[in-house]
Amino acid sequence: MGKTLSQKIWDNHIVRSGSGEPDLLYIDLHLVHEVTSPQAFDGLRISERNVRRPDLTISTEDHNVPTENIDQPIEDAVSLKQIETLRANAKEFGITHYPMGHPNQGIVHVIGPELGLTQPGMTVVCGDSHTSTHGAFGALAFGIGTSEVEHVLATQTLPQPLQETMAITIKGELPPESSAKDVVLAVLGAVGTGGGIGAIAEFRGPVIEALSMEGRMTVCNMSIEFGAKAGLIAPDEKTFQYLKGKANSPTGEHWENAVSEWKKLHTDPDAQFDREIVLNGEDIVPQVTWGTNPGQVIPVQGTIPNPANFENLAEREAAERALEYMGLEADTPFTSVPVDTVFIGSCTNSRIEDLRSAAEVIKGRQVSAGIRTLVVPGSGVVKKQAEIEGLDQIFKNAGFDWREPGCSMCLAMNPDKLSPRERSASTSNRNFEGRQGRGGRTHLVSPRVAAATAIAGHFATPEDL
Amino acid sequence: MEPVHIIQGTAVPLDRSDVDTDQIIPSDWLKRVERTGFEKGLFSEWKDNPEFVLNDEAYSGASILIAGPNFGTGSSREHAVWAIQQAGFKAVISPRFGPIFKNNSTKNGLVPVEVETEIGKRLLGEVERQPLLEFVIDVERALVEIPEIDIEFSFPIDKSIQERLLNGLDDIGITLGDETSISEFEKTRLAWLPSQD
Ligand code: SF4
Repeated sequence: MGKTLSQKIWDNHIVRSGSGEPDLLYIDLHLVHEVTSPQAFDGLRISERNVRRPDLTISTEDHNVPTENIDQPIEDAVSLKQIETLRANAKEFGITHYPMGHPNQGIVHVIGPELGLTQPGMTVVCGDSHTSTHGAFGALAFGIGTSEVEHVLATQTLPQPLQETMAITIKGELPPESSAKDVVLAVLGAVGTGGGIGAIAEFRGPVIEALSMEGRMTVCNMSIEFGAKAGLIAPDEKTFQYLKGKANSPTGEHWENAVSEWKKLHTDPDAQFDREIVLNGEDIVPQVTWGTNPGQVIPVQGTIPNPANFENLAEREAAERALEYMGLEADTPFTSVPVDTVFIGSCTNSRIEDLRSAAEVIKGRQVSAGIRTLVVPGSGVVKKQAEIEGLDQIFKNAGFDWREPGCSMCLAMNPDKLSPRERSASTSNRNFEGRQGRGGRTHLVSPRVAAATAIAGHFATPEDL
Repeated sequence: MEPVHIIQGTAVPLDRSDVDTDQIIPSDWLKRVERTGFEKGLFSEWKDNPEFVLNDEAYSGASILIAGPNFGTGSSREHAVWAIQQAGFKAVISPRFGPIFKNNSTKNGLVPVEVETEIGKRLLGEVERQPLLEFVIDVERALVEIPEIDIEFSFPIDKSIQERLLNGLDDIGITLGDETSISEFEKTRLAWLPSQD
């Protein structure tokens, strides 16, 4: 029987197998940021261990960084200390580090791909659940905890129990207003937050093939939201085109060899998946989350669900609690809900294509009065490219704030936060209670819906403008 | 890590599904560079509500947390495990765990006990009625016993994880025992793979 893509990558990285122990996998790339690494570096020092492969390790600062006045010292003393700790650790252990203000700095999952560090067939880990993003290149990429960060630093390997495989096939074609974000939100709506637990998910089918690399990253990024260990997509010509000429991509003769290896990275026709999900692209209209987990999702043009209609008791109770927290009334049209803040950013939707698609909606229009709007590019590279294309001017002319790169309001560890009861349309990936600031109310949407919402002042698709 | 054999104590019922790690420890707490001092951050936003079950005196001193399905989903923050442990818990019972949380738990000696949905519901109800119900979780036999109400059930646990818990083994030490295999593997890596040298 043939093998699935993830099984092929897995098998290529086995350092040791058998004897009742989980497989020991070699890790090709370890990305590090300031939040989940300090205790790991401490652990190394306590045990007098070294970083085995500083050359396969890269660090950057993203979660805590302010997105304004970055030439000034960071005001929050605790954030500052965390960032300084990472800088000192990178220096002590000889790790390449991109600090705030460096042209390559940015959200860890945005910079890996754009520097060509993420390549097909690799294993990639980071102390961050959205490491699944890198699966868009046909890499096996997953988030790990701090103990595992220490393990990878010390050994460049990780013991991993075998996972099930899951195929998520999106057939047909998307409606014109829909995007990659709507695809993954629709998948979440279909399988729920626990639907991928214990599995590595492979996205496939014509809709996925038609997506750009940026779109594929958006889809893989949110695999963790349905609990999958990783999400991945087989590499194709688009993948190779994206990688060609990137700073860390192979060159010359190596390039030819690499491409011929990469072409082997696909699921064999006779391979079997443990679980299968099929959705129709035609049904995937623009989506929005109404509740406090990313599986609570409906079409933007839909009405807010009524908990009384949930058959399952636990789901009904969860829906009641969510509507109360979100301050929403059942059975009202979603487009009647006004917003206070629109956030365009995060490792889900802060790449150049996301900014282009939002700018296209905004161009020549004005943000509705009284709405706070932020555009936070994912990296220094994205910011620079957007400025070359004049996107920053489009945003600024419409009334948006144009910021410096970082995670920003995706998780509000920096000064960009929601206040209690403040409602946001956000292109990020988590609508958990308090995620964007204590008491804040988050609705996840695509960049185009976020842009249209900023103009309309309430939830809207570009077609509604 | 300290070895864990038997956990004996009372439990607190957190009757919610989808308790994500942002709720277990909100992001403000993640700025600390130390590994201790997270107990105050545990459910810090929910704790402001006097009705919140962890504020209920009847459950003080509990060493087991029982929750609804999908406990510990979301962010990879190991701080969630540290906060739960530092607040005195030694095991969490739920029908389903977020995979990274589950992994992080066992690396720190916090025992994740996966139960059938029906049993999970029943346990929540029992503990709501009788806060002083004594649980025994036996890691070696992978068994939970509540003698007073005559409940006994086994839970799934990976052999290698069980061994690490029982012996308090350090994963890194075990892997470094395989240094030669790692070096051998490194010789076979493809020439073009990215490296910062
Ligand atoms: S942008 Fe948000 S989800 Fe992505 S790494 Fe940063 S905090 Fe995590």
